[in-house]
Amino acid sequence: MPAPQGKQLGSAIIECIDVHKWFGTFHALRGCSLTVQEKEVVVIIGPSGSGKSTFIRCINRLEVHQRGTIRVNGVTLSDDVRHIDQVRREVGMVFQSFNLFPHLTVLDNVTLAPRKVRRWSKPDAEEKAMYFLCKVGIPEQASKYPGELSGGQQQRVAIARALTMEPKVMLFDEPTSALDPEVIGEVLDVMVHLAHEGTTMVVVTHEMGFAREVSDRVVFMDHGEVLEEGPPEQCFTQPRHERLQTFLSKIL
Amino acid sequence: MPTESYAPVLPPPQVSMSLLGWLRLHLFSTWYNTLLTLGLVGGLVLVLPPLWHWIFAVAHWQAVTINLRLFLVGLYPSDQVWRPGVLLILLAWLCGGSTAPNHGMMRHVSAPLGAGFVLLTCLLTGSARGIVGGAALALLVGYGLRWRWPHTSRLWHIGWLLSAPVVLIVLGGIEGAGLSPVATTQWGGLMLTLLLAAVGIVASFPLGLVLALGRQSTLPVIRWCAIAYIELVRGVPLVSVLMMFALLLPLFLPASWGRPNTLIRLLVGMTLFTAAYIAENVRGGLQAIPRGQYEAATALGLTWVQAMRYIILPQALRAVIPALVGQCISLFKDTALATIIGSLELLGIAKTVIEQAQWKSITGGVVFEVFSFTAVVYVVFTYSMSRVSRRLEHTLGVGTR
Repeated sequence: MPAPQGKQLGSAIIECIDVHKWFGTFHALRGCSLTVQEKEVVVIIGPSGSGKSTFIRCINRLEVHQRGTIRVNGVTLSDDVRHIDQVRREVGMVFQSFNLFPHLTVLDNVTLAPRKVRRWSKPDAEEKAMYFLCKVGIPEQASKYPGELSGGQQQRVAIARALTMEPKVMLFDEPTSALDPEVIGEVLDVMVHLAHEGTTMVVVTHEMGFAREVSDRVVFMDHGEVLEEGPPEQCFTQPRHERLQTFLSKIL
Repeated sequence: MPTESYAPVLPPPQVSMSLLGWLRLHLFSTWYNTLLTLGLVGGLVLVLPPLWHWIFAVAHWQAVTINLRLFLVGLYPSDQVWRPGVLLILLAWLCGGSTAPNHGMMRHVSAPLGAGFVLLTCLLTGSARGIVGGAALALLVGYGLRWRWPHTSRLWHIGWLLSAPVVLIVLGGIEGAGLSPVATTQWGGLMLTLLLAAVGIVASFPLGLVLALGRQSTLPVIRWCAIAYIELVRGVPLVSVLMMFALLLPLFLPASWGRPNTLIRLLVGMTLFTAAYIAENVRGGLQAIPRGQYEAATALGLTWVQAMRYIILPQALRAVIPALVGQCISLFKDTALATIIGSLELLGIAKTVIEQAQWKSITGGVVFEVFSFTAVVYVVFTYSMSRVSRRLEHTLGVGTR
């Protein structure tokens, strides 16, 4: 496995082996395999409809895969609710459309899951929440409601909300696609910072700059298949697969 | 010099208007508007003076004032009327305690409710200033307690839970305990109306919630049962449900069960009926919540129950407050249907009063007086409910901008 910048990667934390998924008769994932190691930053790219989002949504069982094996932190995903809960506790997710809870303040958004799932006391949860809100740069917004914040601020709250659960892996499902161009930077800055700190991240994105500069590995998907993976410089400068070449020529 | 320069900030145009200007704009702007205005004024001139004359010179309001106690508590024994009085004081106290000075949404319900209870004691006890003062005092004492200890909402909730059996026991009485038994057939008037409405609303809400969640369930059997129940009940008129529970049900029950109390049968019928409608209202709210909210909640590791409790239901119920209050108003008015099975709630009492011998000599009887009084009572209550609903929506709107 590649480990650029002299980064020391840990053991495998996500293992997907031959994952298949159908929506009705539509074969959305056609035997995807992917291994992510601790502290690794993996960026999944590919044209829309290629199954990128579906794939990472299978990792925390927002979508149910029908064939193959997904193992997260040693727990194999099955219909067993206890296993699903175990996996979800260790996997944080950031969505394209933020999905903050509009009826709760920013602080309550961030502290709800730690208090109810991890059973932390309110002061403990709030202390940790403020730590992460500071980290994403918006501690002063803690008592506001999501609707009062800009898109960029909302997405940063969503990142803080996922981080406060202290997950082992963070999944980002197109985190900047719903943002106005001028605020994309503030969210990417937070993600770059997390990557440099050694957070394990799987990111579905169209931000090629981020993929090129921050990721340890780029995964290219098309038509529900993983067609190519490798270090960013290799994928972007010497793409081997013809479809990756076409994709890159369209967007770069 | 190319410095930054912004366009000047101008004040908004002044709109000042004389009375004449306002009239011209709103009432006489076009020929058909003028015609409409004149027609309305003409109509009012025709209707109002005779109405005024009837209200203040002709109408026999003594039919209402003499029977005020009948309207309030029905055939409840006159020497026992202190019991509803004491209960009103208790409820006023609970209302006061549930009115948190600076926070919480329940204060928008409990404050007007408490005021209503004090007003009712005024009517009920007439000249007995003691009890009225007691109710007002109880309201203030409750409020004071809550002001002193603001984080006691759970205790007050328990108080409300306990109040239901207390009300029923105090009204019904216990053999040999100083409270002589009063049969439920003697309960009546506004008291019975409020009791039916309150129990119906409180009991049908949780049932409706369960049905709504059942209808959304991924387990087919639960979903089919919920759908069947909701569609069946919604397909039947309330009158027939009440008839069935009041008249037919006893015939089908095993003889050893005896005849369950009519009041209870009424309440069960109303609750089961209203629950189906509440379920549909709640379902509307549930469907309005974007999928992303479920996903975010479950991705954070919340269980289904936790996601419902903290994320989905607070938003879903908030979205359907107008519909739920509409259902409450509807149920409040539907209690009048209890009349047809011989219950003497507000409307039943109205009909009894009209039949009293002493008004027979008056041409046309006292039908208009009694029914307009009853109508006013219903309107006062339903209008208060919709005001409360507006204030709730207003308070809850804060987070949804």
